[in-house]
Amino acid sequence: MNARPIIEPREGYDVVVLGAGPAGAAAAIEAASLGLRTAIADEQVVAGGQVYRVAPGIAPVRADQERTDGDRIRAELGAGNIDRCFAHRVWHVERANDRWHIHALGPEGPRTLHAAALIVATGAQERHLPFAGWERPGVMGLAAATVMLKAQRMLPGRNVVVAGAGPLLLVVAKAIVDGGGRVAAIVDAHPRSAWFASAADLLSRPDLAARGMGWYRALHSAGVPMHHGCLLRAVDGDAPALRASVFPVDREGRARADGKAVTIACDAVCCGYGLMPATDVTRLLGASHAFDLTLGGWHVVVDDDQRCNIPRLYAAGDGAGVVGAAAAPWQGRVAAMAAARDLDRIDTATHASRAAPARRERIRAARFGGVMTRIANVGDGAVASLASGVTMCQCERLTRATLDAAIADGCATVNDLKGATRCGMGPCGGRLCEDAAARLIALATGHTRTEIGQATGRPPLRPVDLDALAGDFDYDALPMPATAPL
Amino acid sequence: MTTRTQPARASADRYDLVVVGAGIMGATAALRAAQGGMRVAVVERDGAGSGASGVNAGTLSLQIKRVALMPYALIGHEWWRRAGDAVGFKRTGGYTLAFNSREQALLEERMTLKRAAGAPIEFMSSAQVRTREPALSDRIVAASFCAEDGHADSTRTGAYLRGLLRDGNVELREHTPVRAIDHGDAGFRVTVPGGAIDARRILIASGAWTASVAAMLGVTLPIEVRVNTVSVTEPGPQHLHAGIGHATGLLTLKQKASGSFLIGGGWQGRGSPATGRGEVVAETLLQNLRLARFAVPAIAHARVMRSWTGFEAFVADHYPLAGALPGVADAYILTCVRGGYTIGPCIGPLVADLILGRETALPLFEPARVMDSGARGDSASLLASARG
Repeated sequence: MNARPIIEPREGYDVVVLGAGPAGAAAAIEAASLGLRTAIADEQVVAGGQVYRVAPGIAPVRADQERTDGDRIRAELGAGNIDRCFAHRVWHVERANDRWHIHALGPEGPRTLHAAALIVATGAQERHLPFAGWERPGVMGLAAATVMLKAQRMLPGRNVVVAGAGPLLLVVAKAIVDGGGRVAAIVDAHPRSAWFASAADLLSRPDLAARGMGWYRALHSAGVPMHHGCLLRAVDGDAPALRASVFPVDREGRARADGKAVTIACDAVCCGYGLMPATDVTRLLGASHAFDLTLGGWHVVVDDDQRCNIPRLYAAGDGAGVVGAAAAPWQGRVAAMAAARDLDRIDTATHASRAAPARRERIRAARFGGVMTRIANVGDGAVASLASGVTMCQCERLTRATLDAAIADGCATVNDLKGATRCGMGPCGGRLCEDAAARLIALATGHTRTEIGQATGRPPLRPVDLDALAGDFDYDALPMPATAPL
Repeated sequence: MTTRTQPARASADRYDLVVVGAGIMGATAALRAAQGGMRVAVVERDGAGSGASGVNAGTLSLQIKRVALMPYALIGHEWWRRAGDAVGFKRTGGYTLAFNSREQALLEERMTLKRAAGAPIEFMSSAQVRTREPALSDRIVAASFCAEDGHADSTRTGAYLRGLLRDGNVELREHTPVRAIDHGDAGFRVTVPGGAIDARRILIASGAWTASVAAMLGVTLPIEVRVNTVSVTEPGPQHLHAGIGHATGLLTLKQKASGSFLIGGGWQGRGSPATGRGEVVAETLLQNLRLARFAVPAIAHARVMRSWTGFEAFVADHYPLAGALPGVADAYILTCVRGGYTIGPCIGPLVADLILGRETALPLFEPARVMDSGARGDSASLLASARG
């Protein structure tokens, strides 16, 4: 919670940081320590982001490593001279007159923060792949399950299928077991060997590798059935009586001809395929982006100092490519140092001596996270195997057949498809469907994801109440520009 | 038939007409030219209908058309009605509202002239309007109604045009930006990534980008650009049947069958066609939303899902540039049509008739007028010619 009322300096902030996860918090702390007037804004009521998410007001029975790390960050943020704008939904960011204007809805209504430099640390979002029945109640993402488990202390179900790819499979399954639930099965898109293939990089963080191995063993000895090299094909039935059917796939994610489907009874399904950089803000601002699967897909392009290609815009954390929570604080610090240098608040020599070690730490820490990103992805074959009746865009209720028809009709980019079918135009803003839709285009046309592009960034960054935006106003005082010519 | 920056197919690509821009204007002109026997290619830097044709608010209202353009609007409106479901056309009727005496005077003056120009517009009392649309504000002092008004889904423009061009035997090359245009004795060579297109004639129908394309032919056009803002809300309960406008023209508001409200009115964002980026300006967006909330109080409970901008080209007199490009034989221009979403399907074919050497059913708008005495055209004589 905010310890004191936030009063913006008359001349605005030197730097505003968007997102109070590991990258954003470290950026704000570093910026303040360099003497920059700093504010940090986040949608949540406390800092920590998804990694260090907590149940506000509930003390843990037994503090684990994440809780300890998160509490340390929260304490440092509180101790620094930083204006903390929590529970602020940033809905638009503009650049005008060489300054950033950050529009938010906070607990006291709309407010606009002004800053010379902007550090975007908005993290990642989960990658979802459609399957028959993914819109049913009782089916949710792995990331959504971690929110329930961490912030609400709730189990997603009593008997849960945990499916998809990547480290969240183990994180969610372990948390369900620890919370007293049962894991009906773990369904991993990759063969077990995929994990060992990256052993060298995994051992760059022996502590994290050991923790993962420990979880794996614990789940194994708890008798949790594990289906490696398998994908969820369908979920049917009505919660709590759900049936998940699972089938074996090859390395590209295509159904194996010799494979046999297995049906698993459960009351909930959690499924996700790793993380993708959250690029909403940087797309909105027109920064340069690139597509790289090893970094989670589309990400904003940054230089060695986390600078984007727009003056005084920086990106830190998973938005600049998913490399994980260990590298994020180093990216945040490097970004804050670059901002201090660009605003001429530290000299070149000071910048060089501080930034060099932070950059080295960043590279070292990114090695482990990079494996997690690679291991969490799945080939386009997973989309190729979908039946034509499967819902691709949940908001607009569009099936694969509808999207395929539009692609056959000439839609060659995500924006083309959006216009022709409304795919991604609903409240989710494409977060659920855009990646799968782009894969369909790639499969049909053979074009690269760079050619297929991403959707144009638009405000509001999240849906916002019209009434809250409009506020109180006097009709006769509304400024009316010149009327249209007769 | 999407063609992404294809390698050149040597010198076989020789056309009677090349059109730069696959928006409503360029596409409908290309179709008419092809029907007239010409071999036609259309090159488009992005996707078909991805500019103003595809990002406007979809308003098909005669009440917001300029008096002198009404005959064109009536024909264009009919084209959209015939396109029907394929573009999500709905004839809903539309109200224009005035909330004070100044707006009432404006409404009465303007709608009287538009009715005289052929739009079936009638005046209505506040009580009549609110009986038919109970969700409207109780602050209405005067209103007009036009039964022909309606809307379509502008996002579907591109897919629709793509189909028309394919069926009309027009070669469409999307995602193919024009790099250079050379003019020689044999006509025009349009250089695109990986090749060139040769054509006897050229039509530049590139919307807000028309000036930069014309500059490739050495012609300077005094075209300016408006950056119009449009917003959409999440779907909600159905409150509104007709389209809603404001006496000043600063509001368009409609509720789609899905329950989403679409809010426009030409509030200005910032940006330029040169960078290709338009930005929503929070301050003007909020005024637009306030005006919408004042007109339809029930909209207060909706959530704004997305706001965006589109570029609208214009010249000083706010009349179209539609005709021959002065100084370059066999080159033509079509842009700056205020209300171009409605009027485009009328004026595109008219320009094609000019290119085909036919008499045009309605007068065109000579681009030469904006080039003689700087950026200033003679709107009085233009009005006379458009009415004549």
